[in-house]
Amino acid sequence: MARPSPIPRHRSWVIGSLAAAGIVALPVVAVLVIALGPGGGAIWAHLAATVLPHYVVTTLALMVAVGTGTLILGVGTAWLVTLYRFPGQRLFQWALLMPLAVPAYVIAYVYTDLLDYAGPVQGTIRAALGVTSAADYWFPEIRSLPGAALMMTAVLYPYVYLLARSAFLEQSACVLEVARTLGCGPWSTFRRVALPLARPSIVVGLALVLMETLNDFGTVDYFAVQTLTAGLYNVWLIMHNRPGAAQIALVLLGFVVVLLVLERLGRRRRGYQATGTRNRTPATTRLTGGPAVLATLACAAPVVVGFGVPALVLGRHAVTRFSESWTTGFVTQALNSLALSSGAALIAVAIGLFLAYAVRLHGGRGLRLLVRCAGLGYAIPGAVLAVGVLTVLAGLDTALDRVMEATFGLDTGLLLSGSVVALLFAYTVRFLALSHGTIDAGLGRVRPSLDMAARTLGRAPGQVLREVHAPLIRGSLLTAGLLVFVDAMKELPATLILRPFNVDTLATHVYQYASDELLEQSALAALCIVLTGLIPVVLLSRSITRARAWGGVAP
Amino acid sequence: MTGTIAAAPPALRFEDVTHGYHAAAPVVRALSLSLARGEVVCLLGPSGCGKTTTLRLAAGLDRPWAGRVDIAGRRVEDAGPTHVPPERRRVGFLFQDFALFPHLSVLGNVLFGLKDRPRRAARARALAMLGTVGLAERAGAYPHQLSGGQQQRVALARALAPEPALLLLDEPFSGLDTRLRRAVREQTLRVLQQSGVAALMVTHDPEEAMFMADRVALMQAGRVEQIDSPMQLHHRPRSAFAVRFFSEVNECVGRVEGGRVATPLGLFDAPDLAEGAAARVLARPEALIPTLAGETGFAARVVSVRPLGHETILLLGLTRPGSDEPVMPLTARVPGRPTCAPGDLLGLAIETDECFVFPDEGPDDTAEAPPMAAP
Repeated sequence: MARPSPIPRHRSWVIGSLAAAGIVALPVVAVLVIALGPGGGAIWAHLAATVLPHYVVTTLALMVAVGTGTLILGVGTAWLVTLYRFPGQRLFQWALLMPLAVPAYVIAYVYTDLLDYAGPVQGTIRAALGVTSAADYWFPEIRSLPGAALMMTAVLYPYVYLLARSAFLEQSACVLEVARTLGCGPWSTFRRVALPLARPSIVVGLALVLMETLNDFGTVDYFAVQTLTAGLYNVWLIMHNRPGAAQIALVLLGFVVVLLVLERLGRRRRGYQATGTRNRTPATTRLTGGPAVLATLACAAPVVVGFGVPALVLGRHAVTRFSESWTTGFVTQALNSLALSSGAALIAVAIGLFLAYAVRLHGGRGLRLLVRCAGLGYAIPGAVLAVGVLTVLAGLDTALDRVMEATFGLDTGLLLSGSVVALLFAYTVRFLALSHGTIDAGLGRVRPSLDMAARTLGRAPGQVLREVHAPLIRGSLLTAGLLVFVDAMKELPATLILRPFNVDTLATHVYQYASDELLEQSALAALCIVLTGLIPVVLLSRSITRARAWGGVAP
Repeated sequence: MTGTIAAAPPALRFEDVTHGYHAAAPVVRALSLSLARGEVVCLLGPSGCGKTTTLRLAAGLDRPWAGRVDIAGRRVEDAGPTHVPPERRRVGFLFQDFALFPHLSVLGNVLFGLKDRPRRAARARALAMLGTVGLAERAGAYPHQLSGGQQQRVALARALAPEPALLLLDEPFSGLDTRLRRAVREQTLRVLQQSGVAALMVTHDPEEAMFMADRVALMQAGRVEQIDSPMQLHHRPRSAFAVRFFSEVNECVGRVEGGRVATPLGLFDAPDLAEGAAARVLARPEALIPTLAGETGFAARVVSVRPLGHETILLLGLTRPGSDEPVMPLTARVPGRPTCAPGDLLGLAIETDECFVFPDEGPDDTAEAPPMAAP
């Protein structure tokens, strides 16, 4: 049968999708407009002659370092836990995802606390060597570019791990076994067959890692590493140069476009991994003795470094400093985070559901493309988004103020840009892809004949969505909401710029205290963020085990 | 089924309806079709001939490029401003996968289409419908707890509960295994006749169409080739396609001379064909009746015997008188178990009622071996 063609047009769905996509695209358009606006040329020339080359080089260096690190760590651990059995292997399958719960800025604060001159590690070294001055021994400086790369690698490698692992799992055992019978040893099978087959997936994971690297502000700010994102803040908040900031944002967007193309290419070529039939998953080899110990250590190290140590340090501080941390201020910040993240989750789920259903109703190529564009916000660094959102809302405010002034003589001032609207706007744009993707996958599992049955039984499209799809995809809606909730809670760069005056969230609170070397007092807040961040990890690991069980049933 | 309601508007009428999914490649071409009230019509044809698209157009799930559709005398589609959406067409749809709502109980599924009625009346109607299909006691069950046959019956009850003007069925039995299919088919037909609803059913199984339909619409490449009662379709096929679709046939070609066509199987009357035209003769396997050798002018060597139980397929090689060389492979279908073995020589009588003569438009595209030409 031909592809089920669209149910006849319902204009309101198309117009709604257009509006949603337009709103999402607005901040990026705004960045373009200011960056290329009047006077931009002179500022550009100045930027290019002064700070910009340094920002670009630093950013590139950081990306290369983080990319290399996450590739080695992510692919290596994925290969180990998928193809070998060793002590702890089943635990590591999901434990390796846990660092995903720790925002890069939190881990940076924790390790600075540990490894700084005043920290316990150097203290112990000094005590052991019997010296008192930093000049008497060598210790690497954690607050540096390599330090930042290390921190980001420690928490971002799970992206590569996740995609590489699913690619390895999808590979048929037969292909690997054929390689063995053709004379490849285990290592050369990995290098010559498994790795090339998994490459497109790994590229997707790598692209996500690099997008997060570009997005990071907390770490580079704290370590004084002058990347483009850090530079954008500098130009925007300290030099108060908006066109300049927008131009740096534009350069950042250039990087993002390259990454998006990389990711698309990866996704497109993933087709060749999946062979038509469902194959049995690769057989695992049992490791014993030295190799088993090495494998266990190799998988344990990232979990300990990326999750264990930060969680322990934060937990200890949170307990010892509990009375200082548990203040009304903390409660207010937690409630702020809760309210903002829930709001963002609700909005993102509503819009995501609307878009996914509109595409289901129409399925036209134009609409599909539009919705895909609306989902590109995840790639836009929070800082760039913040600049765009503020520009858009400031424009709206000015227009509104003028109208109100003229009609009612009222001075509304900055009604929107100084309010939570700005934050919710930014969160929605950034996390729409997350909710839309999850919901779309859920809708995809609802057979199209159910839509048609409901239509012929007297329901209009909106009623079908409410009475049939919504109850059927309840799980996906909940997951989508949770994912957005957690990411909005961790979000730092956009929140810092856009939060209303005197409104603090857990993330901004941690940032401010940690910047002032007061990590211990903010440990409780940081711990809250990390624990919330575990929710998606649990969801992911559940879906992994389910996929595994399902694969086990298939012949 | 006609008679008193003959004057009433047809339950469904298609006029010159054209539709497709890619420009320049219409799937349904200028299709016209009419269903009387209470009539069961089967759309029969090979895959990709536009049957399912026709059904979707009737339901309003697709909008046609051109043409008009009426349901029970009401214009529901004119490819222009008029488009009555599916939810307001009063059609029931029975899907291949049954499309039961997994989150609703059996009763909830049947009630789904009755939301405009008062609660008590809706419930009574739903339970009555479930009684009709013999599932009243499973009203509280959920779809996944039912067998395939039961799911099909729930889907039927759900589609009929709102008393639609027209029921559309998309290969409603193909999701069932063969043993179950026959029983479910019979029950469905009984329920359809009881409810008196007009039904348009898509199938690619000729036997199913012949069994279910008052009239069969044979479709090919987006058009209705022939629409007739099953008996008419069997005895008066109007094209080679109509003959071939129902069974494997023996084919041979010849020229019309003196109103007759000479073929290896003998002379056939061709009153409607022009003198000298190329003609194609299609002989169903039932047309070849083995007799004692020497009684007729045709003899055939038995190549293989395939007993199917109640009948037997014989693969034969036609031979010329005085020669043992087979000139043409033939397939015969005979009742029971004839006493012959490969290598035997049989006489053949030809039952001309089961043979049809058409202008020669070439062999069947889908056939693997071309028929042998007359010498």
